[in-house]
Amino acid sequence: MLERLRFVPARLLQAVPVIFGVTLVVFFMVHLLPGNPALAILGQTATPDRVAALNHQLGLDAPLWKQYLLFLRHLVTGDLGTSISYQRPVSELIGTAVPVTLSLIVFALVLALVISIPLAGIAAGKPGRGRDLGVRAFTLVGQGMPQFWVGIMLLLLLAVKLGAFPVGGYGETAGSHLYYLFLPALTLAIALSPQIIRSLRASTIAVLGSDYVGTARSKGAAGISLFRGHVLRNAAIPTVSIVGVNLGYLVGGSLVIEKVFAIPGLGSLMINAIFSRDFPTIQAVALVVALFVVVVGIGTDVVYTFLDPRVDFSAKERA
Amino acid sequence: MTTTAVATARRAARRPARTRSLRPWYRNGTLVTGLVIVGLLVLVAVLAPVLAPYDPIKQDLQSALQSPSGSHWLGTDKYGRDILTRLIWGARVDLRVGFLAVLIPFVFGSVMGALAGYFGGWFDAVVMRVVDVFFAFPFYVLVIVLVFVLGAGEKSIYLAIAAVSWGSYAKILRGELLVAKKQDWVTAARLGGMSHGRVLLRHITPNVLSQALIYGMSDIVMDILAIVTLGYLGLGIAPPTAEWGSMILDGQEFITTQWLQATIPGLAVVVTSLGLSFLGDGLSDQLSPGRRS
Repeated sequence: MLERLRFVPARLLQAVPVIFGVTLVVFFMVHLLPGNPALAILGQTATPDRVAALNHQLGLDAPLWKQYLLFLRHLVTGDLGTSISYQRPVSELIGTAVPVTLSLIVFALVLALVISIPLAGIAAGKPGRGRDLGVRAFTLVGQGMPQFWVGIMLLLLLAVKLGAFPVGGYGETAGSHLYYLFLPALTLAIALSPQIIRSLRASTIAVLGSDYVGTARSKGAAGISLFRGHVLRNAAIPTVSIVGVNLGYLVGGSLVIEKVFAIPGLGSLMINAIFSRDFPTIQAVALVVALFVVVVGIGTDVVYTFLDPRVDFSAKERA
Repeated sequence: MTTTAVATARRAARRPARTRSLRPWYRNGTLVTGLVIVGLLVLVAVLAPVLAPYDPIKQDLQSALQSPSGSHWLGTDKYGRDILTRLIWGARVDLRVGFLAVLIPFVFGSVMGALAGYFGGWFDAVVMRVVDVFFAFPFYVLVIVLVFVLGAGEKSIYLAIAAVSWGSYAKILRGELLVAKKQDWVTAARLGGMSHGRVLLRHITPNVLSQALIYGMSDIVMDILAIVTLGYLGLGIAPPTAEWGSMILDGQEFITTQWLQATIPGLAVVVTSLGLSFLGDGLSDQLSPGRRS
């Protein structure tokens, strides 16, 4: 089993230039600001002393390459700088926000699978028929809805009209977190599921036409037991990479959704940071999120090999 | 977004040669539906000054927050502006920015991808690593940060969207080129003494561009969604210009009393996206039959 993971070191090595590029992009974000970043952050009314002080605090008075090296050295030690608006280490702010956003994403992923797997199965069972077209209509509409608008509509229906859910916030206890996160997670799940359904539907149709499903059918397997026992795992293989790629999209979406539901995660942190021109915080959120995407990419490949023993990312041919 | 790009590129790698649909385009139901929806929307946008019953910006606080009636079919917002009017003018802004935003990444990404695929080597390696770096940032994170850094406004939206989405076109074109450059007719053109530039422009490009075009349709949907989202976050087209995203933001305030206000502009986005999706699917049927699952 473990020898299947031989590809991991090489895959990690492959991620190094990407991570390096990510730090470059995040670093140069500050330098895209027109004019002096410190002045842009503080506003036109700032005194020259304060500008100079902030320049020094941000390390902007050193040559560019030196600034970048310093930036890297700080990163390696986990120092993400000090938030300008909160006057606290950014790593602390990130530390409290990450678990919130992460639980939102995991919750959304679970809900997306709960929605997608049955719908894809239903659609693939009789391609081209009414229920397939129904599912297809759902995916088309689902892809075209602005996520934040879906959130507002769910708020309107389930929180305002029915009063079944809170209109925003995160709750106090673990149980209430789940309750508060349900609507935002459902919003993200609705945005994610069209991609999963499309992929899973196509691969399920392919698997249903294969010989071994014919054999299973001839032995009497049918309906849900056929789907669960013989079809799902094989059909899920291509979907895993779709989910992996879309997790990045999900993270981006969750940043916007957090604003709709007032959830204290990375998204709210970043949006607030943007409106208070809190640059170290913006940089840190962008960095953390990008690193997360890189890690998820590697994780996807690992899951892939375990789901499908035929996939071998290491170059050597196995018997 | 990236998923579609990768999937399209993969499909492209398996395709034997260019094939054309035998069915005339007007018999293609999906394509026609898409054309009709998008055509109507463009018409509404172009004719906004004629169609809209009121001024989209002028405030009339006396008639603020009215429910739908004979004189205001969809009611009025908190400044007394007619919502139907702002919806119509919003189409003008959102469609224009959405269509224009796709141009820069389409051209730049396609050129980079084509060169990378055709010449390979270190150039290919560098371009693809840069694409990987940009793909590491979720779409909205990079768009929001870039629009903030460049300053809110239309120009920043174009640049931010270009930075985020050129990579998909590069991947698609690179995949297409990897297949195309091995074809006999390309070898023949080269042996005939034609320059790389001529082979690329005159012989390969017309054959491989269709996939990028089809992807472009779904990309416009992504861009319009991004523009609306930026408007909702207060980072998009600045008020008081009528724009669907900021209309939803304004409407959210009155969700308990005037739910139509936030609902209607969102429906407009959905209809636009549907039209463009149909158009993309129809084009895909028409330009490369048998390539879709």
